[in-house]
Amino acid sequence: MRILKNILVTAVLSIGLHAWAQQTPAPAQSEIICITGATAHIGNGQVIENSVLVFENGKITFMGGPSAPLRGKIIEANGKHIYPGFIAPGKSLGLIEVNAVRASDDEDEIGDFIPNIRSIIAYNAESKVVESMRPNGVLLTQTTPQGGRISGTSSIVQLDAWNWEDALVKEDDGIHMNWPRSFRRGRWWLGEERGWKPNKDYQKQLGEIKDYLSSAVAYGKTSASSENEGFKAMQGLFSGSKKLYVYADGEKEIIDAITLLKEGNVKEIVLVGGYEAYKIIPFLKQHNIPVLVQQTHNLPNREDDDYDLPYKLPKLLVDGGLLVGIQNSGASNFQTRNLPFYAGQVVGQGMEKETALKLISGNTAEILGIGDRYGTLEVGKSATLFVSEGDALDMRTNVLTHAFIDGRMISLETHQTELWKRYMGKYGK
Amino acid sequence: MKKNFFLLCLFVVGLSNAQDYFPKNDGVKEDNNNYTAFTNATLHVTPSKEVKKGTLLVQNGKVVSAGKGVSIPANAVVVDLDGKHIYPSFIESYSGFGVEKPKRKPSQGRRSPQYEASREGFYWNDHIMPENHAISKFKYDKKTAKEMRDAGFGVANTHIMDGIARGTGLLVALNDQGGDQYRILEDQSGQFFSFSKSVTSRQSYPGSLMGAMALLRQMHYDLDWYAKGNSKTKDRSLEAMIENKGLISYFEAGDKGNNMRADKISDLFNLNYVIVGGGDEYEAIEGIKATNARYIIPVNFPDAFDVSNPYMAKYVSLADMREWNQAPTNPKVLADNGIRFALTTHDLKKVSDFKSKVMKAIEYGLDKTKALEALTTIPAELLGQSNNLGTLEAGKYANFLITSGDIFEKETTLYENWVQGQKHVITDKDQKDIRGNYTLTGGGKTYNMTIKGEASKPKMEVKVGETNFPAKLTYKGNWVTFSFSSEDKKETNTATAVIPKDGKSFGGRLIASNGVESSFNASKISEWKEDDKKDKDKKGTKAEIVPITYPNVGYGNVQKPTAQSMLFQNATVWTSEDAGILKNTDVLVKNGKIEKIGTNLNASGATKIDATGKHLTAGIIDEHSHIAALSINEGGHNSSAEVSIEDVVDPEDVDIYRNLAGGVTSIQILHGSANPIGGRSAIIKLKWGEEASGLIYNNTPKFIKFALGENVKQSNWESRSRFPQTRMGVEQLYVNYFNRAKEYDTKKKSGQSYRYDEEMEVLAEILNGERYISCHSYVQSEINMLMKVAERFNFRVNTFTHILEGYKVADKMKEHGVGASTFSDWWAYKYEVNDAIPYNAAIMSSVGVTVAINSDDAEMSRRLNQEAAKSVKYGGMSEEEAWKMVTINPAKLLHLDAKTGSIKEGKDADLVLWNDHPMSVYAKAEKTIVDGAVYFDLEADKAKREAIKNERTKLMGLMRAEKDGGAKTREPSKKDKIHFHCETLN
Repeated sequence: MRILKNILVTAVLSIGLHAWAQQTPAPAQSEIICITGATAHIGNGQVIENSVLVFENGKITFMGGPSAPLRGKIIEANGKHIYPGFIAPGKSLGLIEVNAVRASDDEDEIGDFIPNIRSIIAYNAESKVVESMRPNGVLLTQTTPQGGRISGTSSIVQLDAWNWEDALVKEDDGIHMNWPRSFRRGRWWLGEERGWKPNKDYQKQLGEIKDYLSSAVAYGKTSASSENEGFKAMQGLFSGSKKLYVYADGEKEIIDAITLLKEGNVKEIVLVGGYEAYKIIPFLKQHNIPVLVQQTHNLPNREDDDYDLPYKLPKLLVDGGLLVGIQNSGASNFQTRNLPFYAGQVVGQGMEKETALKLISGNTAEILGIGDRYGTLEVGKSATLFVSEGDALDMRTNVLTHAFIDGRMISLETHQTELWKRYMGKYGK
Repeated sequence: MKKNFFLLCLFVVGLSNAQDYFPKNDGVKEDNNNYTAFTNATLHVTPSKEVKKGTLLVQNGKVVSAGKGVSIPANAVVVDLDGKHIYPSFIESYSGFGVEKPKRKPSQGRRSPQYEASREGFYWNDHIMPENHAISKFKYDKKTAKEMRDAGFGVANTHIMDGIARGTGLLVALNDQGGDQYRILEDQSGQFFSFSKSVTSRQSYPGSLMGAMALLRQMHYDLDWYAKGNSKTKDRSLEAMIENKGLISYFEAGDKGNNMRADKISDLFNLNYVIVGGGDEYEAIEGIKATNARYIIPVNFPDAFDVSNPYMAKYVSLADMREWNQAPTNPKVLADNGIRFALTTHDLKKVSDFKSKVMKAIEYGLDKTKALEALTTIPAELLGQSNNLGTLEAGKYANFLITSGDIFEKETTLYENWVQGQKHVITDKDQKDIRGNYTLTGGGKTYNMTIKGEASKPKMEVKVGETNFPAKLTYKGNWVTFSFSSEDKKETNTATAVIPKDGKSFGGRLIASNGVESSFNASKISEWKEDDKKDKDKKGTKAEIVPITYPNVGYGNVQKPTAQSMLFQNATVWTSEDAGILKNTDVLVKNGKIEKIGTNLNASGATKIDATGKHLTAGIIDEHSHIAALSINEGGHNSSAEVSIEDVVDPEDVDIYRNLAGGVTSIQILHGSANPIGGRSAIIKLKWGEEASGLIYNNTPKFIKFALGENVKQSNWESRSRFPQTRMGVEQLYVNYFNRAKEYDTKKKSGQSYRYDEEMEVLAEILNGERYISCHSYVQSEINMLMKVAERFNFRVNTFTHILEGYKVADKMKEHGVGASTFSDWWAYKYEVNDAIPYNAAIMSSVGVTVAINSDDAEMSRRLNQEAAKSVKYGGMSEEEAWKMVTINPAKLLHLDAKTGSIKEGKDADLVLWNDHPMSVYAKAEKTIVDGAVYFDLEADKAKREAIKNERTKLMGLMRAEKDGGAKTREPSKKDKIHFHCETLN
């Protein structure tokens, strides 16, 4: 009885979570908008001072300045900054609301090889966590299933939508694979010694991946007598229509992953994590592997590592000539609003600000395969962008005044700003 | 009673006699009072007294005399030991010999932890079992006894190795003859303790090291009260403690830090623990020395790591590599520092490794006399058995070793181990030493033959000219059997012979591969001598030992930093005071204090630091940290006020160094949030390199952690049996505890006799305004509740930490006078943080609450400057006010603002020099200074990185060499580093 009651309570609570609806999605762009006077950070390394940015029907039609014909509704942004909307890859945003409330958790399905699991159909467009991204400039995400060896298939969404269909930017863009670790923590709950030791099952686990890949390849070569949704989901990897996001940190693991996946006919591979990628830059270059590196706000993995290794890691990779974006798949979803500051941290390590910006905009869009539509403030691309009072990579000055997704001017209010205003009102401030 | 009974038997009848009043049916009862005289031996009467050509005379299991000119009675069996040595047998002072270790109680699949004791009529905690007596479980273990005798031991001190209070042990001679009536020397040889829970009970408490310490303290307080007859009920555990009073107390601590922890308890109750250490004492030798305790020290020096695979080797930390390199110096360092210690086989995987480990310690500098003391006289002294054991002096047990030479030499053979006058043969001592160079003739050929190696297990080499004939040899009794064959195996000869009494030339039968039998003769040309060159080589390549650092891990300091005079010139100074932000300003640091703030200050001997374009701030203070601690939660009870984080500060946590690199100089290490009433805090300065006691503030303000909400009601894990399960229950728990504390305090102050209760003492401090609460809190209802409870008991809550809905009750908080220490932007991780908003700090601050930004996280802690900056974004706080939230405001909340938290003349020089605006995401700490000493410096950090790289390379080279030399290695491993948060149960 008690348990039943608890389940009911939990259920009611989790419904309650959704009771405060998020901000109403903005309507389609109806008039030409022209933003003037701002410093435009294009997202490809360029900056235009005192710029003019024009967009209509959701697309950028002019980016330049200072002198340009002004059209449509003018937004004066003198002294302000314009950025392309930031993109957060590898996150389960919209798949889990409150970490500790199991009823709100849809991020990790049972099973080790489940590429057919699709995040998009569980994506909660009305998540309060999702809406809290926007006031910091994070306007797109790759909503990604978690766990297992092959976790499932992600999709790319924009963060101002009525429902998951409405949110779609790119459906089923990639499959996510957690590479085994050659050195792992003793599973003390199974009676193993505590501490980290070489993983004796590593080769066996690689064999499992190999077998799965070759089975999927074989499946694709015939019209199979029975449907296998898992193998079917894999086919895009062999044609190149889907990317494989492989999560690996160690030098050995990365080499093994790229080698084995290439041999397994996977066309488009993206390395996610890459803690030691800086040690094998020529190898990654040779194989043309982009890296979605772990967020900078991390502790070093080992006690003898440089205290600032996570801070400078993206710089090491960029300096080596790799295509790099930043993800924070290892952090709680709510942290994703700090994406701009992860990039800012690299500037403290000596990276140019505009280069750092690419790590969360232009580069990321290119890595995710949406670079033709999003990621930079270039003519012809989606008007997914925002205006900030100051430098958006620094927490002091990341203060948004306007944000647009596909030209739609979205609300910058959230459950949190509403509470802020309500209580400031209570105290008469 | 029993004890006396046994001793009586022993003294009256002696060992070789049957017990007087026992009937005997398998023969006739006769006495043997003969003497045995060992003559012409080198006697090691004591570790420092050697007698050459001496005589040892024993009778009835005891030494009668030892030395020169001993007159040998007529009824003596004389054993000529010419050239051999006699040592007193070793004493194992710490073991579980003959006492089976209890089995772990299987989990019963309970969803909730077990909070109550399983037993009735005993102490309230199952892990306290002083009523156990090892004698009742003892079963003489012949197999292990032999292993131990083979390693040189004659007696062993043993007990039940389980639990925190383990009861009494016994001292047993490793004498296979007779029976327990002879061999048990003491059936209550001492009482035993540790910090480890019993495997026989699943009772949760204590769930942490600090809990185990608190439990031991409380047990002693309760004992004192019980012993005075105050209890109305019977407690068989405490009764046993009373009965065991006066016995020697052994404490298994297991590492350097725990040694000092055990010693703290020992000092508090005058227990004079003999401490069983961990072998890492050399890393904190000053602290170990200061304990003034006597030690039992293991020699389980770790094997080298197998670093042949660089992908695996990288996981091994420098600290672990160093341990391999440095640990064998431990006995030497202890001896050099005048610490009295015995060596033990405890913790060794194989007792048979003991000799090689001790030899390793000697190779690493331990003096041989000290080694011998640590195996004989000192353990005898620790056991209170100096009159009976440890030397060859008259009246002591005839426990001695007969060896071929110096007992600590590799080639030395241990022949016999006599225990209580009973001979135990290990190697036949009468076997001749046949090592030497021979000319072998047989089958019509002549060979050069060499027999070498250990006398009792010699090896053979057969050659003709330069051609080698691989040979095998076995030597048993006085028979030798060997075979040798040509490389192509065409010619194989097998031979056997009896060794003549003089042990020189010998001859016998030779059988060729074709079965033809003939005779052979081996005539000795010369005695075998170990290759001089090889010997020299060995001495020449003395093990290279890398120096220790403070702390002895990566990024440790070669020397402990000390206060310097420094003048920061032309800095932008963030005072965190009314003075605000001062441009182009100088700050002079002297004697650990901020001496002067101004312009164009005079350096007068101080190091000038050009701070043009840089920012100087007070060091960051983290009000809520869980780094640098070995345990965080004592979750075994719903109140754990008796535990203290100060007991478990870990000064070697690299997160201290990383925090310094983020500009943090002081932190409060808070207990976790498992219980409504948590434990006491440790407030420390991040003096990387000092021992734990050197980190804790002098006259530290007293704090305790309280907690509200989901964690204390255990909402997010399967636990349904502990009160409280609701916020309603949390209130009643507080009320109840404070009621009790009040009654306790009243009774105490009235002068009546009372049971000292550490938990109540701490709670009474809160009521008396001597201890402050920092309370983990989320939702407004409970925040309000705790303020009301405090007001009812006439005190004020000092700080609400986390306080994520503080903005909803900021006016009430202001009125109550409580401060707030919050996250900048965390939320959504559990239900109760649904309404957590990043504007919280700004709102509370605008209402007039003193607000700090904290981390509760080892990563965020090193970027608190950025976290403070988020309040500029969320809520529009001024930069100057935001900066105070990580400096002077937390100092105020911690009652440290008179000492630190701002740049003000006279205050502690806890400073950070930043290369940029300190609240910018782009800023880096260049120097972090604590009490005027530089603990982090960007340039020094570079040098440390280089040093780590070089030292790792060097140690890996040494380890590879050790592997190539055939030594055992172990696979690479990395310790499990736990980054604690509030909710970590450990």
